[in-house]
Amino acid sequence: MELRVDRVSHSYDGRKVLNEVTLDVPEGQIVCIVGPSGCGKSTLLRLMGGLEEPASGQVQQVGEAPAGCLNPLTYIFQDFALLPWRTVAGNVALALEDHALGRMEMRARIDGVLARTRLQEFGKALPRQLSGGMKQRVAIARALAVDPAVLLMDEPLSALDSQTRELLMDDLITLWTKTPFTAVYVTHNLAEAVRLGHRVVVLSRRPGEVREIVTLDQPLGQRSYGDTDLERTQKHLWGLMRDEAMAADAELVSG
Amino acid sequence: MDKNARTVAFRGGGFAPRGRAWVGFVVFAVLLGAAEWGTRSGLISPLTLPRPSDVVQTFSELYASGLLFAHLLPSLSRLVVGAAFGVSVGISVGLMMGLFSLVRAGLVPLVAAIFPIPKIALLPLFVIWFGIDEGSKYALIAFGTFTPTVVATYTAVDNVDRTLIRMGQSFGLSWLSIVRKIVLPGAMPGILAGLRISLAIAIILLVAAEMLGAEYGIGAYILEAGSLYDLERLFAGVVILSVLGVLVSSAIGAIERRVLNWRT
Ligand SMILES: Nc1ncnc2c1ncn2[C@@H]1O[C@H](COP(=O)(O)OP(=O)(O)OP(=O)(O)O)[C@@H](O)[C@H]1O
Ligand SMILES: [Mg+2]
Repeated sequence: MELRVDRVSHSYDGRKVLNEVTLDVPEGQIVCIVGPSGCGKSTLLRLMGGLEEPASGQVQQVGEAPAGCLNPLTYIFQDFALLPWRTVAGNVALALEDHALGRMEMRARIDGVLARTRLQEFGKALPRQLSGGMKQRVAIARALAVDPAVLLMDEPLSALDSQTRELLMDDLITLWTKTPFTAVYVTHNLAEAVRLGHRVVVLSRRPGEVREIVTLDQPLGQRSYGDTDLERTQKHLWGLMRDEAMAADAELVSG
Repeated sequence: MDKNARTVAFRGGGFAPRGRAWVGFVVFAVLLGAAEWGTRSGLISPLTLPRPSDVVQTFSELYASGLLFAHLLPSLSRLVVGAAFGVSVGISVGLMMGLFSLVRAGLVPLVAAIFPIPKIALLPLFVIWFGIDEGSKYALIAFGTFTPTVVATYTAVDNVDRTLIRMGQSFGLSWLSIVRKIVLPGAMPGILAGLRISLAIAIILLVAAEMLGAEYGIGAYILEAGSLYDLERLFAGVVILSVLGVLVSSAIGAIERRVLNWRT
């Protein structure tokens, strides 16, 4: 399934946040969205997943969701959004309980995703017993359990320390290479964008418009920490971002 | 070692209540011991305070005569029926107020208007509405527990983490699932805290109602003892109430530990 954003604009209280954003999320690819703080990245993601309605323009899903998919557009949140009163397995189960799955299939799905995210031994743990990185892996497991057509991730790693972030990025890459998934990945970290993205969409400062879409051809599995090609792309992205970020900063000061 | 060096003084700590049940017992024991000693030594006249051992004596006579349960059982059943009714209606209405803005807009002023009324003042009215027997007592206790429960519940629903609700919606959970699996457990700490207050109020109202019209019941027993100036029996009655209060509070504590074991 493909996701298509077509000339989407949105405003809050008469203040324009997004302006005529058009972009494509092709099947099996990770599209990263970067942009200065407050440019509407989170808003765009909420619009893409149907948590909010665009003021104008539309978001379309093209093609059918894969068989067995329970929730085509699935989010992974920055602050994990785990229910603190449920165990790890219970949190994954939450996403499945409203669907008429047999006991067996439910069990199989939960065990499957916990294994994929290396959490088998923690099924009975409560969120408060887990580290930040593990919590986010639970959230990833929960998202994978519904076999999503498109994963919508809003700064999924920014609540974590940089070492954990590296590890989780590797996890995501491994997950993707085993079974490619479609994803939109919002981040303000350009290193993450060039590591994970097949495309990087650069948004301008508020109101967010698409400034440039950079395509990265190097396969995900071959990208590594400190790669020169990636560094060059990252520099290019930073060049685009810097002016916008500086302008955005100045804007806040002048109101 | 550098003679200019000093250990940084510790100034953290505190503000973290921990379970130390025995401290409560020690406080009780010290107070009772002081009263016993004071009355025995003549420092406290028997007209001011009965001797604790005499109260225990009275209490065991009460138990032996079978009158203890004759008073206790009607009181307990009034408390249980009234509070169960008030609390369950209170939680349901509070949930509705937390979930639907229309219900909230309609009921917040009403609850604010009802809350400050001393419910005991309405007893004559309840007698007319629900009869002189148990009905009016149930109603009084139910009404008295209802308002604090409502307020605690809808505030607790307000405080449920919105991102968890968005998460539920993003996974396509039904409205009922979101309420049952996210809103209700999330509001549980606040609801239980409210329950402590509601149940204490229920005990106060129970005694008040029984003082105003009941043959049996702890309130009636205390009133009778008071009018005869029988301090030992008066205090025996008061001790029953205190024990009831402690039991209710520790029952809620036990529920909290079970239901809220996920809290840090
Ligand atoms: N629900 C809302 N109501 C009103 N204004 C909002 C709402 N959500 C976001 N905004 C405003 O819209 C603008 C864009 O917000 P958004 O959260 O989409 O930005 P962002 O690019 O995700 O920023 P960040 O990098 O800080 O996460 C901000 O100015 C924000 O204040
Ligand atoms: Mg954001």
